[in-house]
Amino acid sequence: MLSRTADSLYWTGRYIERADFLARILEATLRLAAIPTRGDGDAETVWASALASAGAPKALGRSPTEKSVREYLAFAPDNASSITACITRARTNARSVRTALTVELWEAINGAWNGLEEQGQPTRRDEFARFLEWVKTVTLSVEGATSRTMLRNDGYYFLRLGAAIERADNTARLLDVKYHLLLPEGERVGGQLDYFQWTTLLREVSALTAYRWVYRDSVKPWLVADLLVLNRQMPRSLASCQASIVRYLERLANDYGRRGPAQRLAADRMRAFDNSRIEDIFQSGLHEYIQAFLGENGRLGQAIHDQYLS
Amino acid sequence: MAFDEMSGDGGGVRESYRGLARWLADAPEGLLQARSRQAELFFRRMGITFAVYGDAESSERLIPFDVVPRIIGAAEWAGLEAGLVQRVRAINLFLADVYGAQECLKAGIVPAELILTNPHYVPEMQGRRPPRGVWVHIAGVDLVRTGEDGFYVLEDNCRTPSGVSYMLENREMMMRLFPDLFADYPVRPVETYADMLLSSLRASAPEAAGADPTIVVLTPGPFNSAYYEHSFLADKLGVDLVEGRDLFVDDGKVFMRTTQGRQQVDVVYRRIDDDFLDPLTFRPYSTLGVPGLMTAYQAGTVTLANAVGTGVADDKAVYTYMPEIIRFFTGEEPILKNVPTWRCREPEALKEVLSKLDQLVVKEVGGSGGYGMLVGPAATRAEIEAFRKKLINDPDDFIAQPTLDLSTAPTLDKGELHGRHVDLRPFVLSDPNGVRVAPGGLTRVALKPGSLVVNSSQGGGTKDTWVLDV
Repeated sequence: MLSRTADSLYWTGRYIERADFLARILEATLRLAAIPTRGDGDAETVWASALASAGAPKALGRSPTEKSVREYLAFAPDNASSITACITRARTNARSVRTALTVELWEAINGAWNGLEEQGQPTRRDEFARFLEWVKTVTLSVEGATSRTMLRNDGYYFLRLGAAIERADNTARLLDVKYHLLLPEGERVGGQLDYFQWTTLLREVSALTAYRWVYRDSVKPWLVADLLVLNRQMPRSLASCQASIVRYLERLANDYGRRGPAQRLAADRMRAFDNSRIEDIFQSGLHEYIQAFLGENGRLGQAIHDQYLS
Repeated sequence: MAFDEMSGDGGGVRESYRGLARWLADAPEGLLQARSRQAELFFRRMGITFAVYGDAESSERLIPFDVVPRIIGAAEWAGLEAGLVQRVRAINLFLADVYGAQECLKAGIVPAELILTNPHYVPEMQGRRPPRGVWVHIAGVDLVRTGEDGFYVLEDNCRTPSGVSYMLENREMMMRLFPDLFADYPVRPVETYADMLLSSLRASAPEAAGADPTIVVLTPGPFNSAYYEHSFLADKLGVDLVEGRDLFVDDGKVFMRTTQGRQQVDVVYRRIDDDFLDPLTFRPYSTLGVPGLMTAYQAGTVTLANAVGTGVADDKAVYTYMPEIIRFFTGEEPILKNVPTWRCREPEALKEVLSKLDQLVVKEVGGSGGYGMLVGPAATRAEIEAFRKKLINDPDDFIAQPTLDLSTAPTLDKGELHGRHVDLRPFVLSDPNGVRVAPGGLTRVALKPGSLVVNSSQGGGTKDTWVLDV
C-alpha cells in the first residue's frame, strides 16, 4: 500500500474519532451546565473545563462563555479540532484515497460531510443537542461501515490504528483535566458537585452504565480512574486502546512479514499496563502518570509515522 | 432544422429509437422527472463531482445528467468504428514519424515549422521511441453530426482525454433507473472498458517488466477537476492512484513509496500534462510531477501513457492537415471527415474569415474546454470586434470553422422533451496488438435551448450512449 494512502487512512480514523469525542464532551457539558444547584464555580468554569478536555485550554483567552466554547468546539473552521473541521478533514483524507475505501464507508463519510451544510450551526440548546446527536449517529455509521465492509487488510489496520491512537489521547487528556476530581479519598472530600462531575466524566466517555455493571457500586473516584485507565473491558480505557494498538500493529507485522520499532514500542507499553495497579498509579501521581502516557502515545504515533506513513 | 437523433429530418422515428419511442409513449406522466431527481441524489451521495476552477463557492459540482439515452444503431457504429481505428492508427504513425525520421515533414504533408515550433512539440522526445512503440494509448475523439451520414471529427484528444468515467457511471445509473428499458434493447456493454484498458496498459509495459507489470494512475491530486475520474479509473483497474510525491526516481527507475518500502513502477497512466511531469526537464517549479521521471522514461524503464509529446497531434492547427496525414500514413481515404477549416495563418483564409466573423466559430489553436473561442452567430457585436483585434494581431493562433448545425437529441427540460444539441466522444485504445474502440462513449449535451457549447465547464450535461448490437 502507498505510504500516502496509509497516512490518509490513519488520519481519517483519527479525525472521525475526534469528532465523536468532541460531540460527547459537548453533550456532557450541556447536561452539567443545566444542573441548577452546584456548590461552587459558575457556568463559565464548566465550559472552560470542556475546552480543556478538548485539548485547547487557552484557545479562547481568559473568559470563555458557553456560546464561544460551543461555537469553537463545534463549528470553528479555523480550529483543527472542531467537529466541523474534523468531519471536513476526515472527508478530505478519505476522498484522496477513495479507492482504498469500500463504497459504503465512503458514502458514510461523504454523507457526514454533505450533512454538515444541512445541519447548519444551531445556537438554541435543544437544536444544538440534536446536532450533537446527529454527529454521534454519523460517526457510528462510519464505524459500522468500517467494521462491516472493509477487508481486514493493511488499509483497515491503518484506519483502526489512527482511531485507537486518537482515542487513547482523548481519554488521557480528559483524565488529566479531571484528575483532581479523582484524587484518593481523604485528600479532598467529594460533595454533591463532585458526584455530578464524576458522572459527567463517565458520560463523556459513554461509561456511566458500564461503570455500574463493572463495579456494582456507587460512583467512587478511584474506581472511575480504574475503569478509564486499566479496565480492559472498557473500550475507551487507556489499557484497551493500547491493546488495540498492539493488535493492529501485530497484524500489520504479520501481513508484511516484518516487525519494527513501532511494534516493539507498543509491546513494551502493553507490558507496563499488565503490571499496573490503580493504587500504585495514585501513589506516584495520576497527573504524572497521564503526562507520561501522553508523551509515550505521541512517540508511538511518531514511530508509526516513520515506519509506515512516510 | 438540425438533424435529430430520434426523428432524423422530421419524418417519423429513426429505427434505433423505435423502442425508446414506444416506451416513452407508455411511461406515466412525471416518471422521467422522478427518475431524474433520483439520479441526481445518487450522484451526489457517491460524490461524483467535478471541480470548477475559480469558483470557490461551489468548488465541487455535479455534471447535469440527462436520463434520455443517445442511441446509435449497429450499422452507424460500424462506420464510426472503422473511421476511428483508421484515424488513431494514423496518429500513432504520424507521431512516430515526427519524433523519428520526419518523412511527412520532408514530403511537405505538414509544414515543418508548424510542428517544430509547436508549443506541444517536445524536443526531448526527438529520436526516441516509447516502450513498445505506442504513442497514444488512449484517445478521446470528439465527433459531431449534421445529418444521417454527416459525422465530422471536431477534435482529436491525444494528451489526457477525460470523460470515460461518465461513460461508465452513466450506464450504471441508467441500468439502475430503467432496467425494463434494457430488457428490450440489445445495448452493447461498456463495462468491459476497464479490462480493455488494463490489457492495453499491460501490453505496453517495457519488456523488462515481465509478465505482471506494476501499473499506477498518476493524478495531480484531489483539487484537479477530473480527480473523481482518476480515482474511479484506478479503482476499476485495481491499481494504485498515486500523486507525484508518491513516486521517486533512483538509478534510472521509477519507484513508489509504500508501507513496505519501495516498489518499482512499470507503467504510469498519467493524468498530468507534459509540462508538469518532471520539474527537472519541464516547468521547474511544478510540484505535481516526479523529478527525474523523464530520465527514466528516456532510459526505457517505464511506460508513460500517453507518451510524452503527443499534444503535437491534437493541436488545432495540425488538425487541419489530418486528412493528408491519414492518406500519407495509411494509403487510404479518410473514413471520417474533418470539419472544413480555415487556417488563419494563411493570408487568403484570414481575409475570408474576417469578412464573415458573425457566421463562424473561431478557436484558439492551443485552447481547450470551450475557453477562448468565438461563436459568431451567438456573439454580440462588441465581442466580435474584440475578437477581430486578437485575430489580426495573432492570426497564427487561430483557426475558424463554419458553425455546424449539430444534431439534436431529445432531452428532459422541466418535464418535457426538447431537442438539444449533442456531440460524441468515443474512447479509442491503442497497444502493440492494435487499435480498439469501446462500444459507446460520452455524449455531451448543451442544456440551454439552442446552445452549441457542450463543455461541462460551460453548462453542458451528459447522456448515456447506447451502441446497439443489431
